[in-house]
Amino acid sequence: MTATAPHPRLTKAPTDPHPARGPRLPVRILPLAPAVVLLLLFLAGPIAYCVYIAFTDLQLTGQARESFVGLDNFTRALGDEEFRNAVWLTLVFTVLSSLIGQNTLGLALAALMQRASKPVRTLTGGIVVTAWVLPEVVAGFLLYAFFRREGTLNAILDWLHLPAQNWLFTLPILAVSFANVWRGTAFSMLVYSAALNEIPKEITEAAEVDGAGGWRRMWHITLPMIRRSIGTNLMLNTLQTLSVFGLIWVMTRGGPGGRSQTLPLFMYEQAFQNSLIGYGTAVALLLLVVGSLFSLVYLRLLRTEV
Amino acid sequence: MALTLASRRTTRRLAADAGLLVVAAAFVLPLAWVVLSALDPRANLRVKTPDGLTLANFDAILTPEITFTPLLNSLILCGGATLLTVVCAALAAYPLSRFRSRFNRPFLLTILFATSLPITAIMVPVYALFVRVDLIDTMHGTIFFFAASQLPFAIWLMKNFMDGVPKELEEAAWTDGASSTQSLLRIVLPLMGPGVAVVTVFSFVMMWGNFFVPFMLLLTPDQMPASVSINDFFGNRGMVAYGQLAAFSLVYSTPVILLYVLIARRLGGGFALGGAVKG
Repeated sequence: MTATAPHPRLTKAPTDPHPARGPRLPVRILPLAPAVVLLLLFLAGPIAYCVYIAFTDLQLTGQARESFVGLDNFTRALGDEEFRNAVWLTLVFTVLSSLIGQNTLGLALAALMQRASKPVRTLTGGIVVTAWVLPEVVAGFLLYAFFRREGTLNAILDWLHLPAQNWLFTLPILAVSFANVWRGTAFSMLVYSAALNEIPKEITEAAEVDGAGGWRRMWHITLPMIRRSIGTNLMLNTLQTLSVFGLIWVMTRGGPGGRSQTLPLFMYEQAFQNSLIGYGTAVALLLLVVGSLFSLVYLRLLRTEV
Repeated sequence: MALTLASRRTTRRLAADAGLLVVAAAFVLPLAWVVLSALDPRANLRVKTPDGLTLANFDAILTPEITFTPLLNSLILCGGATLLTVVCAALAAYPLSRFRSRFNRPFLLTILFATSLPITAIMVPVYALFVRVDLIDTMHGTIFFFAASQLPFAIWLMKNFMDGVPKELEEAAWTDGASSTQSLLRIVLPLMGPGVAVVTVFSFVMMWGNFFVPFMLLLTPDQMPASVSINDFFGNRGMVAYGQLAAFSLVYSTPVILLYVLIARRLGGGFALGGAVKG
């Protein structure tokens, strides 16, 4: 749209190893400076600081200077019932909402969209994507209203003559997991739609003529062909889900009685309600390490793809 | 054979349509609640036909204290941070895209690694650090952090878009005596207008919806952006005015939905970050 260049040039390969002319190395990397400074000060700095205070007893108030306590925070975590509870709930939340929920539903929607008629496809896509684009806190309120005792879900159950439940009290982790599915499925759907569109039509058509049914085509042809997208999508979904805070905070505050308290909420509570910044940070560091491992796997996946 | 195949396809299309509509119906319920409740004079937590239509809820919230100040704060915070992000990302992407150097690959891998770090996890140490260096409860401190947290992804996207602009155009400018700065500003950036738009909109939308960062780094109520101030509806006032909460949610969400539609259209609907995800 803004291209003013003569056309043939645009089709040429963009990169050339050695430019005929151009500035010298120090001048060349100068434009990197603002970004690098910002990243060092505000991203690398806090991460380094995180590693440091995870080994101290830093508290929110009334303390002249924190002191080094070695692995105390970590051994304390291992013995802490609430911490183990948070780890378990984080696992449940991640498996239910990301691995099973978003991923499977996203794939199912993308596969159905390949066959559905255009108006239905556009409508469904629009609704699912809207849920994704909404700010996190708004999504939290909408699902809070949906799951509350006097909310929409129970109204529907009533209408079907099924027993109503106080969802946010009896099964809070299930409610927040569903909320995360509602909010996050669009991402998987978009990734899988793009992947499925890249499968050549001839392949599926040939299989169809040979009499392979829908499920077999899915299992033997489609899934193997999009396995890289599946890997990438699972990684990104999981990383995203590990750091969900606002959604759960708005819906349940991690309660009742810590029954929907995933690691980010546990970390927040230790640091601010209990004023134990050092302990909270140790938990944060564990989360960061898990996140980094996933991130490295993700890099590996990308590299095999490039 | 051809006929049965065709009729089988029709059945399959109908089945697919039915499946999608079921999911759509489930997904639309919470959205229907927010729209209907905002217009309902007696809204509660259920999806129901409104008892008459009213704009009273909007009237009640469109005051400086409830809506305009938080939205302005959001705008300053996200606008400032987006500007900083886009400028830094465009500058950084230029040498990464244009010059070969042995630093490029490790740098890009680090950037890509940083894009997927859980930012939530470092918020407690960031808070402690900000208290120590006196940046806590300041707009500029929060803007810097927002920009830094969005920068890895912005650099990555920007570099990929910049790779799409042919180098020959610039070389012509260089022979005419243009500097790198001039060729970046006059040639490269205008040619990748849609790419810059995507990076800008994406950064802005991510920050606009972010709750945890301002929640941790800002303390004074009059500095709070809409993502945090929305919680005041649940404050200690006891009765929650659900109609007003719904109306506020709509007002607060509309800008990001419009912006998303803008870039989704511009890229022909294929923008799924799918391309970005795959590098």
